[in-house]
Amino acid sequence: MNIRLISGIKRWTKGLMLKHMHRMITCREFEDFVLQYFDNELPGPQRTMFELHLRICRECREYLAAYQRSIEIGREAFKSDDDVLSEDVPENLIKAILEARKL
Amino acid sequence: MHDESPTPQDVTPEQMVRDNIVWMLRLAERLLGDRALAEDAVQDAFISAFKGLEKFEGRSSLKTWLHRITVNAALTKLRQSKRRAEQSIDADLPEFDQYNCRIEMPWQYLASLDEVMQKEDLRKTVNACIDSLPDSYRIVLQLRDIEGYNTREVAEQLEISEANVKVRLHRARAALKKRLEPILRGEMF
Repeated sequence: MNIRLISGIKRWTKGLMLKHMHRMITCREFEDFVLQYFDNELPGPQRTMFELHLRICRECREYLAAYQRSIEIGREAFKSDDDVLSEDVPENLIKAILEARKL
Repeated sequence: MHDESPTPQDVTPEQMVRDNIVWMLRLAERLLGDRALAEDAVQDAFISAFKGLEKFEGRSSLKTWLHRITVNAALTKLRQSKRRAEQSIDADLPEFDQYNCRIEMPWQYLASLDEVMQKEDLRKTVNACIDSLPDSYRIVLQLRDIEGYNTREVAEQLEISEANVKVRLHRARAALKKRLEPILRGEMF
């Protein structure tokens, strides 16, 4: 059997399991909760369901780790650019601003 | 967005400009992606600041106050310039199959923050990936995740609902994650 077929069967089995397990959410429902989860805004019962899904779903676990890492990397990349760049004070612009103030 | 800095009454206009112009230019350039537009935005921001000095109530620091004014000036410039047509980011959003299961390639490796930050070319690629997002998503991501504003503040600055900010932020983060995947999976080391 080829890999696509095997992964399709795995997802079908997982889909059935998630659909019928008590207090379980699907990956699509999990996605809807991601932002609230990071903002600590998920109410208790939904947080429990979110974390339960996280425990049993490898795809969502890996997705969430990469999602979180990309936020950290994005933030740091801009910050480090600010640290590295040393910029001269732009005298022409300062002059233009102070002259515009007099108008 | 709070820090210890003098009030406008403590400094001359020239000193206020000199003390703040460099970081304001960087902020405007980050938001606009264009140096000339950023200079225009900073000039507008200082003119607004001088006009509004009497209204400054000292409830925030001078830097926090100028930060907001600069963001507003940059957003006005962005609306006026419409530097590029909005492109859909649908192709970079998470995929699900007919069973509502996530379709995600297995992750054999996830790069650490340090691994990426140590390499200047990777940092530049990260910044380019952020800059490549459509403006309506990029701006929300930058204001929330990089500049540190909360959802309500971003909604006010962009004149959109908080629900809309949340939708755009999540999509922007998901699309950024997708665009950073070659780096995150260690394929660019």
